[in-house]
Amino acid sequence: MSRLRTPVGSHDHILGPVDAPVILVEYGDFQCPFCGQAYEEVNKVLASMGDQLRYVFRHFPLTQAHPYALQAAEAAEAADGQGKFWEMHGMLYENQQALDPESLLAYAQKLGLDMERFTREVSEHRYLERIRRDFMGGVRSGVSGTPGFFINGARYQGDFSASSLITVLQGGGIESPSYF
Amino acid sequence: MAFSARQSTAPLPLGTLAPPIRAPVTPDQKVSLEEFRGAPLVLVFYPADWSPVCSDELALFNELMPEFERLGAKVVAISCDGVWCHLAFARARNLHMVLASDFHPKGEISRAYHAYREEDGISERALFVIDAEGKIFWSYVSPVAVNPGADGVLDALERLAEQGTAEDDGGPSLSQREESTEQEARP
Repeated sequence: MSRLRTPVGSHDHILGPVDAPVILVEYGDFQCPFCGQAYEEVNKVLASMGDQLRYVFRHFPLTQAHPYALQAAEAAEAADGQGKFWEMHGMLYENQQALDPESLLAYAQKLGLDMERFTREVSEHRYLERIRRDFMGGVRSGVSGTPGFFINGARYQGDFSASSLITVLQGGGIESPSYF
Repeated sequence: MAFSARQSTAPLPLGTLAPPIRAPVTPDQKVSLEEFRGAPLVLVFYPADWSPVCSDELALFNELMPEFERLGAKVVAISCDGVWCHLAFARARNLHMVLASDFHPKGEISRAYHAYREEDGISERALFVIDAEGKIFWSYVSPVAVNPGADGVLDALERLAEQGTAEDDGGPSLSQREESTEQEARP
């Protein structure tokens, strides 16, 4: 089974406490419809597991298949620059059908971001390298499509319904993290 | 889509000269293996244009074209679909790699690489890394419904690049996947 080669660290977007017993890492693409479905399921998982779970989101934009995926990822990172990654992450997944540049600006506005800075950082591709690092880390860990999940560092290839995820996250034979 | 579970014959032995390829890529162009001598070549055998897993697999390899270029490698994907089908598929999915057609005589190339499923009439989902001299350096046959990802190919290309300088590859070997077959030539 493939293992996560890039350990979870301070560079990551993380929800949940540092001492949570399980870590769920997702490699996702904002324009991928399956990731949109997974977003709903992961929200249910987060609500159900509370502080028992750490959730990490990493970028895996398939830019040749999804023309807006990269810009959307850049918008999420630019929002992160202003402390609003998860707000933008949610906004993008809840509006997957509209990820064109004007829509991204509208979302930034809605989140109350400094628009001058947001626009500049997105147009300068300030966060492109970081997104690329996420992507390559995923590829080298065996992510073959989106969404790609790892539970405590081990590739999870089951279905991503909240019930399946919760079953496995609650101890369905998954070993403890090997990268701590 | 239901495929028979049986894997075809054992993969082509490593270190052997890759069987010749001369296959149409467009209605009036052919590609041959000799054109790629002098640089590593990644051969991606896949069952069919348009089927969901293949598309995911090719979407990933497509996304990685700059990375393959950085590693000095070329990529050719091969299935038994005809050139017109390949053209429509490549256009619809914005694919940048060469798609070679193993349509006539059907499966001849796939068969030569031991990557043909006789009972299904389609290519296996198999990956080959061929070195600059045209020898098979690494191969991987995936269960037909499983997208193999690109980690194995990238690892192999890096080991191939290091081979001149290092005696042993030292890198982590690709994890064992059920029902899959991976092998690598040792220097």
